[in-house]
Amino acid sequence: MQNSDILILNDQNLPPDLGLPPAEDIDAELLDNETMGDRIKTMLRKNKLAAASFVVIVLMCLAAAFAPFLTPYEPNKTSLKDRLAPPSREHILGCDELGRDHFTRLLYGTRVSVMIGLFPTSVAMIIGTVLGLFAGFYGGKIDFVIMRLADVVLAFPSLLLAMVVSYTLKGGIISIFLALAAVKWARTARVIRAQTLSMKEKEFVEAARSLGVKKSTIMFRHILPNCLPNLIVLLTLNIPESILDEASLSFLGIGAQPPSTSWGLMVFRCKPFLFEYPWLAIAPGVAILVFVLAFNFLGDGVRDALDPYLKD
Amino acid sequence: MNNTLNHDGAKVLAAAENVVKEFKLSGNIRRGQMVVHAVTDVSLNIYEGETLAMVGESGCGKSTMGRLILRLLEPTAGTVRFEGRDLAELGEEELRHLRKKMQIIFQDPYASLNPRMTVAQIIAEPLNTHQIYGSQKETEARVKELMKKVGIRPEFTNRYPHQFSGGQRQRIGIARALALNPKLIVCDEPVSALDVSIQAQILNLLHDLQKEMGLTYLFISHDLSVVRYISDRICVMFLGKICEVGPTEEIFRAPKHPYTRFLLEAVPKPNPHLRKEQKAFLTGEMPSPVKPPAGCRFHTRCPLAVQRCSQEVPVLRNIEGRQVACHLVTA
Repeated sequence: MQNSDILILNDQNLPPDLGLPPAEDIDAELLDNETMGDRIKTMLRKNKLAAASFVVIVLMCLAAAFAPFLTPYEPNKTSLKDRLAPPSREHILGCDELGRDHFTRLLYGTRVSVMIGLFPTSVAMIIGTVLGLFAGFYGGKIDFVIMRLADVVLAFPSLLLAMVVSYTLKGGIISIFLALAAVKWARTARVIRAQTLSMKEKEFVEAARSLGVKKSTIMFRHILPNCLPNLIVLLTLNIPESILDEASLSFLGIGAQPPSTSWGLMVFRCKPFLFEYPWLAIAPGVAILVFVLAFNFLGDGVRDALDPYLKD
Repeated sequence: MNNTLNHDGAKVLAAAENVVKEFKLSGNIRRGQMVVHAVTDVSLNIYEGETLAMVGESGCGKSTMGRLILRLLEPTAGTVRFEGRDLAELGEEELRHLRKKMQIIFQDPYASLNPRMTVAQIIAEPLNTHQIYGSQKETEARVKELMKKVGIRPEFTNRYPHQFSGGQRQRIGIARALALNPKLIVCDEPVSALDVSIQAQILNLLHDLQKEMGLTYLFISHDLSVVRYISDRICVMFLGKICEVGPTEEIFRAPKHPYTRFLLEAVPKPNPHLRKEQKAFLTGEMPSPVKPPAGCRFHTRCPLAVQRCSQEVPVLRNIEGRQVACHLVTA
């Protein structure tokens, strides 16, 4: 057998070790020390839709916070002479069936809706992320228990479950908070578990194990950051969904309780007048639509900005 | 252990003794529990300062073997020793500390670096994990030193892995493996994902580092020309078992095990005048590791097989300065 002619790499036929890469391949733009914030800023400058969405969300939040300064009317003050008044200079969105200024109520309703959108969602997602990480990372019994619990939650229609929870807790905003948080963690847990399972098998996790990195560090430093795109997608889905759920619950009468209000409750209360006074129901409906869409567009942009692969 | 020294007087750094690794496949009602026999009864010594190459076709258990040596996988049976200590007896904390001395370089430089960590974070991770330095400054200095050592510009500390080419990423992986001054590095096909010119650079780098730092390599590969260039000894595996172990040049000059012969024969020859008219290629499929053949695992494809081969498992015997597991090879 002639083995002498096998191509042998030896010192003669090797190219010289190039050592340091040539300076030309340094992309000056890549050298700077970019933080996550910088990347989001760059994205907002380039992505007009995301930037507009960001402005809309900020404006809506500000409007909710400074509602008393933006309108001369009290949200709960009735005035029978203005009952179902059409839009005019004094009442830009007209008045509802009790003569309350519709625009004022929309502003105050924003408070409830935005809070419902942000807080229960955040709580649910934090719980879901941690549970999902543990389930995926440790597997076995821990995985089984957490995932069967999630199955139970997911087996019920989420709205029905939220209704049961909020009804048991005697209604009101706080009970809606809890109801939504109790219902929404399961989906996050599922998604993060799946992502964790796939990340766990990646070689960089194995590399970390071979370095002797602690399990908790592997979970939170290696796996969690790689779930970020999934989390942002979930967030942009969950926030609008919570707002819609709150709207549905209020529409069914278990959400915000009159005289306090929310967008969903306003749609519900104005439904009987949809044909004669359509602006009453349409205005809060449009508010929900704009807010939900803005979150989706912004979320898409942020996800792309934080994706290390997608950069230009 | 009967022979802790090889003929040059080097000490055994890591050793596998009758190691078995089986992976359970998800159950099947009709056929019952299926088990993949990834590694079966393998004993192997890795001597200090040497480069031991593990070769064999895909799925023969060579990567599994590397991970067993590092205890990234737990053996189903058998013992793995590092510096004479049984890794199974170590507690989790002790094992974590021992990991300073053994590292791994991976095949795929795209999967082995966390895409969301900068180069500096990646290389500093082993240093921070074992709290080697008291201050961030010292760690940073060491990271830059390591980057220079493997040929990455130290200005690139804040770059992310995807901003590098495959070869550069492999250098980052090497820097991470070197950070703790390990004794043993398992190189799991470190160059097979790179193109040839880069392969040579990385091999030279590994070679230079070995000389400089006195490293021991377990070099897993299926590329025989790479193996011939870098290794001192070769261990040929087939379907979870060792066929032949011996010094590289001797095995290339005169392979004893029929499988080794086929393996060497399959290497393409660049000079057309030296090609034989008819190459003897292995025929048939690789047997399934779920149901490995009885006797010698190679007998179903071996042209020399006799009846004994299908009945009796050949043991690894010392023959002329190497070990061969074949009934037909005699001294």
